[in-house]
Amino acid sequence: MQLIYELSVPGRRGIKLPASDVPSAAVLPEELLRREQAGLAEVSELDLVRHFTNLSRRNFSVDTNFYPLGSCTMKYNAKVLENAAALFAPFHPMTALLPGGADFCQGTLGMLYDLGQLLADITGMDEVTTQPLAGAQGEMTGIMLIAAYHASRGNKAKKKYVVVPDSSHGTNPASAAIVGYEIITVPTAPYGDMDLELFKKAMSDEVAAVMMTCPNTLGLFNPHIKEISDIAHSHDALMYYDGANLNAIMGKVKPGDVGFDVIHVNLHKTFGTPHGGGGPGSGPVGVKKALIPFLPQPRIVMDDDGKLLLETANKGSIGRTANFFGNFGVMAKAYAYIIMLGREGLIQVSEQAVLNANYIKEKLKPYYDLPYDMTCMHECVFSASKQLEHGVHAIDIAKFLIDKGYHPPTVYFPMIVKEAIMIEPTETESKATMDAFIAVMIEAAQAAISNPRALHDAPLTMPISRLDETKAAREQNVCCSG
Amino acid sequence: MSDSHYCPHTPEEIAAMLAAIGVAGIEELFSPIPAELRAKSFNLPAGMSEFETYARMQAIAADNTQGMTNFIGGGFYDHIIPSVVDHLSGRSEFYTAYTPYQPECSQGTLQALFEYQTAICRLTGLDVSNASLYDGGTACAEAAMMALRVTGRNKIVVDGCVSPFSRQVLKTYLFNLDVEVIEIAPQKGQLDRGALASLLDDSVAAVLLQNPNFFGTVEDFTTLADQVHDAGALLIGSVYPIALGILKSPGEVGIDIAVGDGQSLGNPLSFGGPSFGFIAAKKTLIRNMPGRIVGETVDRNGTRGYVLTLQAREQHIKRHKATSNICSNQGLCALRGLIFLSSVGKEGLADLARLNRDKAEYAKAQLTSIPGVAVLQSAATFNEFTLYLSKNAAAVVGLLLDKGIAAGVPLGEYYEGAENCLVVTVTEKRTRKEIDLFARELEVALCN
Amino acid sequence: MSMYFTKEHEWVKVAGNIGTVGISDHAAHELGDITFVELPKIGTVVKQFAILGSIESVKAASDIFAPLSGKVVKVNDALELAPEAVNESAEDAGWMAEIEIADGSELKDLMTQAQYDDYLKTL
Repeated sequence: MQLIYELSVPGRRGIKLPASDVPSAAVLPEELLRREQAGLAEVSELDLVRHFTNLSRRNFSVDTNFYPLGSCTMKYNAKVLENAAALFAPFHPMTALLPGGADFCQGTLGMLYDLGQLLADITGMDEVTTQPLAGAQGEMTGIMLIAAYHASRGNKAKKKYVVVPDSSHGTNPASAAIVGYEIITVPTAPYGDMDLELFKKAMSDEVAAVMMTCPNTLGLFNPHIKEISDIAHSHDALMYYDGANLNAIMGKVKPGDVGFDVIHVNLHKTFGTPHGGGGPGSGPVGVKKALIPFLPQPRIVMDDDGKLLLETANKGSIGRTANFFGNFGVMAKAYAYIIMLGREGLIQVSEQAVLNANYIKEKLKPYYDLPYDMTCMHECVFSASKQLEHGVHAIDIAKFLIDKGYHPPTVYFPMIVKEAIMIEPTETESKATMDAFIAVMIEAAQAAISNPRALHDAPLTMPISRLDETKAAREQNVCCSG
Repeated sequence: MSDSHYCPHTPEEIAAMLAAIGVAGIEELFSPIPAELRAKSFNLPAGMSEFETYARMQAIAADNTQGMTNFIGGGFYDHIIPSVVDHLSGRSEFYTAYTPYQPECSQGTLQALFEYQTAICRLTGLDVSNASLYDGGTACAEAAMMALRVTGRNKIVVDGCVSPFSRQVLKTYLFNLDVEVIEIAPQKGQLDRGALASLLDDSVAAVLLQNPNFFGTVEDFTTLADQVHDAGALLIGSVYPIALGILKSPGEVGIDIAVGDGQSLGNPLSFGGPSFGFIAAKKTLIRNMPGRIVGETVDRNGTRGYVLTLQAREQHIKRHKATSNICSNQGLCALRGLIFLSSVGKEGLADLARLNRDKAEYAKAQLTSIPGVAVLQSAATFNEFTLYLSKNAAAVVGLLLDKGIAAGVPLGEYYEGAENCLVVTVTEKRTRKEIDLFARELEVALCN
Repeated sequence: MSMYFTKEHEWVKVAGNIGTVGISDHAAHELGDITFVELPKIGTVVKQFAILGSIESVKAASDIFAPLSGKVVKVNDALELAPEAVNESAEDAGWMAEIEIADGSELKDLMTQAQYDDYLKTL
């Protein structure tokens, strides 16, 4: 397909601007002006509409295809959420920051406050900040809160390490490193969880935090989680919960109850807001009481009369993680999702997410190696090791699925499973959809033996075949020239 | 039976699935969670239909004051959004997809992001752009961290005229690191160039400036770029994309890394987000860029296509050694930015920029004709400027809010001794009538 | 000239007090198509088994460790533009740096070619 710039015709316009009702201002001094106009597209409105409409048709999406991308919780995004978020489009965030301005924003501030309360109940935390803009920023914010906590107790120099299991999301060590910590990685034991004995050895009073995902990226709930948090706390290390997999446990277990001190929640995963082709997300962070003094500013608080105010002068705060109040539009969708589903609805979400994952796991177990064969939570991780004996890799199976109309599961993650295939169906998929997917996965396993070439050649039905990623990385052509 | 109407199974299907798994009930699947750890309470309200939900959301929106006339900016701006932006970005093939890990079935997102990167490069006059960051503030912080990695130095010099919010985000990102952030106090809404010159030495990794700055001042930093480079530091410029329709591009100035907030490019105010942050840099800095980058390549038949590239820099591969922890970015908002820029187009963006400035200059003239009102800066401005009032600006803003006018951002909270300063923003959406009314109300407020 | 290997798959060829360093054919093959080699700066002083540089393929990144302590005196600049040389000739044209050896006795902590070949069989 042509690029929008290749459709450009000099002088063509896509939109008429409002007419001016004021005199023209004197031209700015030349040294302030650009020499030539930026080479943006020059297309008609129809050309523009066709271009982006046709581009959109080159995507798989939840609305068009089953999208069992493990760890990403690609559930259906209810349409009413889009309508709900649009209600807030006109509100300027700066209004709330003006002196007395909060009075004019009681609706939006109140919604953020209520969302925090709901998330605090779901996660078992005492207070939630809605400011972090995505899951990874939530992690970073959470680790900063932990750093501020240790510093407030005079332990800044002593606390040097953050412990993570080797099955963790890459964002966990990356976020801790950004805050200045060194990383200690603990291997996974054959029972599918962080090796408890090695964990004990890794722990010392120099550890600031332990970051866990529970259920972990293998989809397994760690039965020793309380023991792990007790050990961490005995070293004055705080427990960080990566909420990426919260979809498995709503109403079943609260991270705050099992010893976690800080949690981030991915609203775009668990709470049904769309992923947008890679964002926006939203990563509210919940904390236990001891960490409240360090929460980002402005902090939304309620006075005795139920009026919402902004706290901006707390010297102990870590500061600010976003220019305003976080990704409000995403939070409006998540808030609408939570109040729409309610208590029983959210419990059912987790139950059926877990049911669906276990169903797929059992059905595919005869055909694919299941390195950790036990009851899983919301996702299951296979290995293509059997298929590899025939020269077929996980990526070949992924490409075969594309030809059959399925977005592939996550492949090659977690890294601790060779040729990993990580499947997360989510609760919104029907049995019929999953059965059809299972049949295609079985077909792929059979083709790996009978006709590996078919897998190596896939996909054949897309506008393009497999792309030369080495060329892309070596040439770094990231901007259209001309 | 469904409490959540988004869970489609019938009781018969659930029974069949449980039988296939070999368990008696769903609860058995939660047996890996030790009984003593199970939730003891779950106090959420009961659910409701989408209609009741929407009505509740309408009620929440109605609790905000409606129809405020915005003369406030501070990083978010009340601009026109062409209808095509909502319609095209609202195609669910875009918004219900995820990060394009599988390029063959994600060419829509990937090509759009490549086109977005191209638009950002052309707008900023720089060589490379990523596929978006969170917002303008975090983009400043990511750029500073890039400079720290590239130079191996540990000091960031920041003009105090940079948005106080962005400065606070920057300081928050760096607070637990061995990095010194030095702020230069503004001089009448402008960079104190003498102070900067005296701070430049071989410990400075980067200098962060903003243009137009928080006061609205437009400056030419071209000669400054040489000074910064002579000290071996990088120059980071935070810019306002609408202003780039007419203002000298960061590339022309000699800026190494340009950042900014993309809200103005087709994203609604939405009480502060989502918008997107953009970052563009000179080609030599590409490996130190944070976040996703889309690159062009070919498929097995030589057909052009797009992939996520240079992924080995990123957290999912490099873990704690990654250039950034960012994973989800603001992809859909960046797509809106691209559609906005492609709709407005080359000539249109320049026209839009001029329209903003025309409105602001008109407002400046009207407002400064009021007794007790002067403009703080002598330098040029774009669509924002700072007034010096005869009264406390916060008090004046409070009076005007009651009249439905958000008159501007009072600076007292952000700058010492600036209690009488008010930053006024005038975008293309403000009519002459609104500006005239604002002037009348301001005059009344100052007389009281 | 004899070659010595580390467990992390670096090699070093010693000539006088200069050691030429690279990664083994095995490592290059495991990484796949190499897209970038981060070379050390000339003059850098490294300790044995400390990080000397890094190497990236499309889907992986690994550190390069110094087989011996010493000072970097020369680097293979050609790899900046043509990292594929490491895939094509890992143990010759794909060399990465020359180190002025600080302590020749450290060779005892490395494997000979035969020992390395045996080591590869255990992986």
